[in-house]
This record gives sequence, structure tokens and C-alpha cells, in this order.
Amino acid sequence: MTDNNAKEIIKQYAIRLGDDALVQGHRLSEWCRNGPFLEEDLALTNVALDFIGRARMFYSYAADIDGGDYSEDSYAYQRDCRDFTNLLIHELPGGDFAFTMARQYLMDEYSLMFMERLCDSSDETLAAVAAKSVKESRYHLRRSRDWMLRLGDGTQESHKRLQKALGDLWGYMPEVFELDDLEQGLADQGIAVDSAALKGGWEKAVRATFSEATIDVPADDWSVRGGRQGMHTEYLGHMLSDLQFVQRAYPGQEW
Amino acid sequence: MTRVLTEAELEEKFQARIDAEEKIEPKDWMPDKYRKNVLRQMSQHAHSEVIGMQPEGNWITRAPTLHRKCILLAKVQDEGGHGLYLYSAAETLGTSREEMNDALHDGRAKYASIFNYPTVTWADMGAIGWLVDGAAIVNQVSLQRTSYGPYSRGMVRICKEESFHQRQGYHIMMVLMRGSDEQKNMAQDALNRFWWPSMMMFGPHDTESAHTAQSMKWKIKRQTNDELRQKFVDQSVKQAEVIGLKIPDPDLKWNEERGHYDFGEIDWEEFKQVVNGNGLCNRQRMAHHIKAQEEGKWVRDAITAYEEKKRQRADQAAA
Repeated sequence: MTDNNAKEIIKQYAIRLGDDALVQGHRLSEWCRNGPFLEEDLALTNVALDFIGRARMFYSYAADIDGGDYSEDSYAYQRDCRDFTNLLIHELPGGDFAFTMARQYLMDEYSLMFMERLCDSSDETLAAVAAKSVKESRYHLRRSRDWMLRLGDGTQESHKRLQKALGDLWGYMPEVFELDDLEQGLADQGIAVDSAALKGGWEKAVRATFSEATIDVPADDWSVRGGRQGMHTEYLGHMLSDLQFVQRAYPGQEW
Repeated sequence: MTRVLTEAELEEKFQARIDAEEKIEPKDWMPDKYRKNVLRQMSQHAHSEVIGMQPEGNWITRAPTLHRKCILLAKVQDEGGHGLYLYSAAETLGTSREEMNDALHDGRAKYASIFNYPTVTWADMGAIGWLVDGAAIVNQVSLQRTSYGPYSRGMVRICKEESFHQRQGYHIMMVLMRGSDEQKNMAQDALNRFWWPSMMMFGPHDTESAHTAQSMKWKIKRQTNDELRQKFVDQSVKQAEVIGLKIPDPDLKWNEERGHYDFGEIDWEEFKQVVNGNGLCNRQRMAHHIKAQEEGKWVRDAITAYEEKKRQRADQAAA
């Protein structure tokens, strides 16, 4: 494999991670001014900012590799649905607070493990982004795990809402632990994280939290996949039409 | 035995402290009207910060670059934080945040009327940051010297963050004015729509203002509405000129003698109309605030229930 090819593959990997972070950050940013109380509104906004910041770092790396006129915004604003390669779980609409926090918790457990591994990547830029992200993810997880306990072991209503949210999210989790050829190849070289290897630890952590939160583990009887290959739910297109509106309506301008 | 001071003597001592530039603290004696006046002003200020999250929040998901999105998110988050400081400062006078929210919802408490105007283009993020935050800073810088201690200290913290807000707004306008014709028109249109409402933010003329005289005497306000408005006009005219924007006031003219800009009369009928519920967004703003509060109720209930269970478990373990 030539160096150029190798870089191109790393770029695609960086874009995937950027897409995950952007879509997740965007969904969280929708909560700003809509939180259940002011303090939580500010906290959700903080987390949103962390993810959008993370997206910018991954996209900037991709833009460095692409060179020319590419910038972080090229990937966020000038690609359509089929080009986005985020995991599907991130693009689902925020739903109620239980849904948002359940998704956040499931992915925070994963993100912390993922970023801890990515710190060891032989690619220095990816490792540097991961080092910054680990600190944020620790804080995110502490928060979202607390919410699992409060909602799970709070009122009957909060318990019911959380249990339903987890059921609605569960089938999007298998995709998170699957590697396609691109990621497997990078993982074999010590560049990407072997996310399949994280599954055991993740399940253990999640089960422990569920038990403390008096939540049942949802049934493993359905699963949806496709995000990494550009197959998406219908929700992503609407999110992009919102996200990209100004740049699409007034192309080629500085803002 | 010390004689109990009469109300008049207490008021006299209170005024002497104010005159000596002493700060009034929550546990100090204060005239009932002073307490009500400060509380009204702080609650209105807090509600304005929180309701003000809506018109800018309206563009968070549509910000045109990731950099702008981060700045806007951080800014709206700051406004929420300012709301928190102010609610806390107001709570020192014995009224809870819930009570203040109830008063907002049933119309007893007000918020800045400027937030009843819609944000319809991206340039409105520039106009709000530059003009609305600009006007707010003029007012808040003055309020750093307000006589009520918690309010004054809150203002010192808030002013530090507001100057960043104004700069980011002005920067949005500057970039638009360097751009395409469409962008320039967008910026000018935003200025046209937000200029007069920003001027109205300082409130009625001093001669018409119901609260000014007493507020000045108690040093709750340190400068009058008209003084602050003049300061805002003087600083904004030059800022507009530098980037090629035209302030929509045919009567705007430098007055050598006064050393200030003269400006046209505000349309007070429009002001009255919008304050009284006839703005484009009054109902939307209130409905949004009430909806967020209602939808969050089960979450707040869950926290209370969880904390209660935790406490009971701790008690049982200790027993």
C-alpha cells in the first residue's frame, strides 16, 4: 500500500469519527433552551460543545490530508446523507429527556473505552484528539450514569420512560461494535480501535449500571446497521437540511 | 435599653448608607419599597437572560460554520448562566426561582421586550450580539455600582462575559459586510429591524419613567434611561460606519455643541404595542418557556424521588 493510500484510509476513519461527534453534538445542541431546568440546560450545552469541538478536530485532520480548499466545514456542510458515515444511534431525534440521556449513557460508556484505546494509536494526531477526548468523556459518563440511577430509581414514570428509551435504542448498539474491512485493516496496524474488543467490557459496565438503576436489560431481538456505509434513517436528512441551510442557500461565502 | 427606631429613622439611616456608597446586603434592614424595586429589576433581568436564549437558540442548529456554531452555543449558554446568577441574587430577597417563574407565566413579571422580535436570518445573530448585547452592556456596566450588593457583584461577573458577546456579534456583521451583496443586504436588514428595538431597551424617557427618580435616589440605577441611551448611540454610530452599515435614522447627526449624536424620536406606540403582547413572538416565547418547564416536570420529580430514596437508605443503614 502506498503512503497516499494509507493516508486516504486514515482520512476516511477520521471523517467517520468526526461524523459521529458532529451528529451527536448537533442532537445535544437541540436541547439548548429546552432542558428540564436551567442547570441541566447548561450542562447539556457543555457536552454538545465538547462533541462539536471533537468533530472539528477530526474534520480538520481530514482536511489536512485532503489539502487544497478543504476545511472542517467542507465535511459538515457540503456532503449529503449518503456521504455521512456516523453510527445510526447518533442521528435518532432527541426524543424525551430519558431517550437523550439513555443514548448518552450507552455511548459514553463506549466512548470512554474507545478514546482510552485510541490514545495508543500509532497515528499521532488521532492519539492527540483522543487524549483530549478522554478527559471530556470521563465527565460525560459520570453525568449520564448518574442520570441512569436517578431516572431508573426515581419515580414510576421516569423508570417507565427510561426502560422504554433503552428498548428503543438497544437494536442500534450491535453496529457500534462491528468493524468493516477499512476499520479492521487500520486496527491491525494499530491505528484504529478494535471496537469489537470493547464489547465485553461495555456489556459488563452497562449491566452493572442497569442493575443499580433497577432497569431490565432489553431483549436482543432486533438490530439495525448501515451508518458506516452511508445507509441512514430518514432522520439524518432533516438534520442536515437544518444544519446546512445557510451554506446551501448562499453557497461559496465566508461567514 | 436601646430605643426601637421608628420607620422614618430607619429610612434616614438607610439613605445615609446609600449616600455613603455602602452596599446593602440581604440581611440589612431596607425599606419595603426598595426590596420590591430591586426584586422587580433583578427578576426582570433574570427572565430577560433566559427568554433571550430563545431568539438566538433559534439559530444554533443552523449556524453557518462549526466555529460559529460553537461560539453561539457558548454564548447562549452564558445567557443561561447569567440567568442563574441573577435568580440566585434575587433569591437573597426571599423570593424563590419557582415564584419568579410563576410570576413570569401569569404576566406579573416582565422580560426585555426586544426578545419579542423574531430572528429570521443569520445576520440577526450579528445584530443581537452587537446591538442588543451592546445595549445590555451599557446598562450593566452602570449597574456594577448598583446599591444592592448581590446584584452589583452579579453584574461584575456578567460584564466580563458580555463584552465577548458583543464582539462576536459585531464580527458576524463585519464578515457579512465584506461578503456578497446578498450578505450585505442581510446585515443591513438586520440592523434596520433591530436598531429601534435596541434603542427602546433603555426604557421610557426619564420624564416618563415610573421608577427612575426613586431608583436613582436609592442608587439602584446609577444613570438614567436617557443618559444610557445616549451612550449607546454614541458608541454604535462609529461602529456602524467602520463596516459600512447605515443606521436607519434620518435625524441622526453629530451635535458639536453637546458633544453627542442627536437622534430621532422612538416610536413609543410600537414599544407599547410589543410590551402589551402584540409583538411577533410574545406568545411563542411564553409558550416555549412554559412547555420546557412542563415537559421537565417528570425529570425534576424523578430527582426528588431518587434523593428521598437515597436518604431513606442512608437512614436505614445508620439505624
